[in-house]
Amino acid sequence: MSGAVAALPFILRNAWLVAAIPFVSFVFVGLVLRPKVPRIAGVVATLSIFAAAGVAGGVAWEYYHLFPPGALHPAIVPFAFEWLRFMPGLTVTMGVLLDPISVLLLLVVTSVSALVHLYSIGYMHGDPGFGRFFTFLNLFTFSMLGLVIAPNILQIYVFWELVGVSSFLLIGYYYEKPSAVAASKKAFIVTRFADLGFLIGVLILGYNGYTAFGDVGPTVAREVTGRIATDLQPFDFLYLTHPDLLGRLAAPALAVGGVSLLTIAMILVFMGAAGKSAMFPLHIWLPDAMEGPTPVSALIHAATMVVAGVYLVARLFPAFAFSGDALTVVMCVGAFTSLFAAVIGCTQDDIKRVLAFSTLSQLGYMMFALGVAAMDRPAGYTASMFHLFTHAFFKALLFLGAGAVIHAVHTNSIWEMGALRRKMPITHLTFLVATLAIAGVWPLSGFFSKDEILAAALRGGHPVVFGLGLLVAALTAFYMFRIYIVVFLGRARHEHAEHAHEAPFVMWAPLALLALLSAVAGFVPFGSFVGIGAEAGHEGIDLAVAIPASTAGVLGIGLAFLLYSGDGARATAGANALGGAYRVVKRKFYVDELYLFVTHRIIFRHISRPIAWFDRHAVDGMVNLSGWTTRRTGSLLGALHGGRVQAYGVWLVGGTLFLLLVLWSAAF
Amino acid sequence: MPDILAGLGLAPGIVHWMVLTAALFAVGLYGILTRRSAVGVLMAVELLLNSAALSFVVFNHFRMPALVDGQVMAVFVIAVAAAEVVVGMAVFVALYRVSHTVDLNRLDRLKNDEVKP
Repeated sequence: MSGAVAALPFILRNAWLVAAIPFVSFVFVGLVLRPKVPRIAGVVATLSIFAAAGVAGGVAWEYYHLFPPGALHPAIVPFAFEWLRFMPGLTVTMGVLLDPISVLLLLVVTSVSALVHLYSIGYMHGDPGFGRFFTFLNLFTFSMLGLVIAPNILQIYVFWELVGVSSFLLIGYYYEKPSAVAASKKAFIVTRFADLGFLIGVLILGYNGYTAFGDVGPTVAREVTGRIATDLQPFDFLYLTHPDLLGRLAAPALAVGGVSLLTIAMILVFMGAAGKSAMFPLHIWLPDAMEGPTPVSALIHAATMVVAGVYLVARLFPAFAFSGDALTVVMCVGAFTSLFAAVIGCTQDDIKRVLAFSTLSQLGYMMFALGVAAMDRPAGYTASMFHLFTHAFFKALLFLGAGAVIHAVHTNSIWEMGALRRKMPITHLTFLVATLAIAGVWPLSGFFSKDEILAAALRGGHPVVFGLGLLVAALTAFYMFRIYIVVFLGRARHEHAEHAHEAPFVMWAPLALLALLSAVAGFVPFGSFVGIGAEAGHEGIDLAVAIPASTAGVLGIGLAFLLYSGDGARATAGANALGGAYRVVKRKFYVDELYLFVTHRIIFRHISRPIAWFDRHAVDGMVNLSGWTTRRTGSLLGALHGGRVQAYGVWLVGGTLFLLLVLWSAAF
Repeated sequence: MPDILAGLGLAPGIVHWMVLTAALFAVGLYGILTRRSAVGVLMAVELLLNSAALSFVVFNHFRMPALVDGQVMAVFVIAVAAAEVVVGMAVFVALYRVSHTVDLNRLDRLKNDEVKP
């Protein structure tokens, strides 16, 4: 079993280093540097992530050396160790699984995270929690990398929760601010609630996978022999995504109420993915997560956390595809979120909030791209990963650019900025590149990945989704150019904007690098690197898709210029004309209010309050009663203990007489 | 004097003596339980000891007149009583120095002081 694995290149056998380096750095920075010399904490943390990025680069190089582009890219597990042994035959391992998407994610996560770390040295300079910030940032990166390389569903769950807790720590970084505390709690509770579904899905998959392991396991184990460092275990993805097992899970005998068990399990897993990736209706935490420092937002939105949901669906894609219905759910939720968030994004005033809704919208894009794919038509799968790849760069760039702007003008509201083009030329230029990329303008990266997604939707036989995608593309171009025009063009709307200055080198260097990546990432021949199943991904530009998509983008850009250039009076007039509809959108369709209503008025009042009453009065009451009884008995008996010797004497004599009487009466 | 009474045909039997010791014991016990003064209690204890010594003598006389074991015991009891009085009085003097009283109703420092929860 391990003969072939032992022959793998050194860097692949030691790919665990990519997660271990940030972990060691996290412990070192957190325990040693943070209390002692916080000033160098940033440099050490950043260097560790750059080292991890180097390892990730080496892993990618060797992986594609082993499996050249265009050929089949099997998943390999070059390293694993036994973590938990429940009983013989039921062992959970921790290890590294390498396949195209994990290699891709390793590259994206480490490179974006390294640049965010570098940028944070400048952004967080002089902050009292400097050391703490980099500790958590390292933890966050480590968790995400552990999630990406997970070879089995339990490891991914463990790191999934670690990602959740580190995002909680970072969103609540400014813990003196009540709004930051509320936002971090909201993010944690919403994603944790979604993880409940994921956990149940894991249990269903794990239990049924384990019971079928005796029959299906040996066949799968023979197929993967030579590619896996330990024996195949029931929780391994290689086993859980195998068609033989999926066929058993989808069998009518296991169906519940006409829905196959596989579909139920995958929808529950998707619930967890929707929570992390902030799909409607679990999206409410993401806009509030802006309370964290801006580099954290960049990390959450680009490289970690939100792409975890998309990654999970991609990781279990064969299972989703086998179920079919579950994949339709993914498509519908993704498409709806994409439109829903884009509409809200057009009305927000906080620059980071606009970007947050744009992330939601783009994640919806990735989700529905996965939804329109199938095992024999994997173009959507490739396109989704492609968009994840390009989006990571331009979204990180947008957030870091927004951070530089906020750093300079000390406000989040776009209406207090303006005319920053001359004050911050580098930030302006990089932001423009990212804006053009997300708007899908040729030849920037967003154009290619969006094109792939729309082409996959059209060819996959989903014209409605294709139309929706076009509409979203137009809206995306509109709201992105809206903030671009208001922030960088026109005149300064506030005195802060007049005194803005360019960001320091350590901040604009990552911006420049990301701008370069955003510009050229689209030219990567992605289809020959990342795919699933036999067929290589779709290559080249399809004009039937590219022309409508570009037209939609240009229309959006044109509309933004029409409404917002000059003094913006036309935009105000337009908003007034829309009246109530505009207000509903601006208040984010009252989803937050609906949540508050449901939780406070219904769940708290009718479920939690009675339970709390029962707990306080019945459960605590029993405990208190036993305590009260003991104390009362004690004080009653304590009255006998009067300290008067003669009273004791009376009791002694009386007791003796009583005993005599008893014995005497018993004797006769 | 028993001999004189015996000569008159009024010799007290063992039962009479038992009634006497029991009465003596009861009086002593009553004294122990009711006297407020510690010295009074000590005197009542003397009565108890003496009633016990008397029973030793009585049983010796009526059950095994050839031996003197009971009378020896009575001498022992008298000796113990003397020692006990010495110790007891010394304790009371020390107690009086501390608390300025030998009233047993007021010497109740061992009592249960209610501890409020």
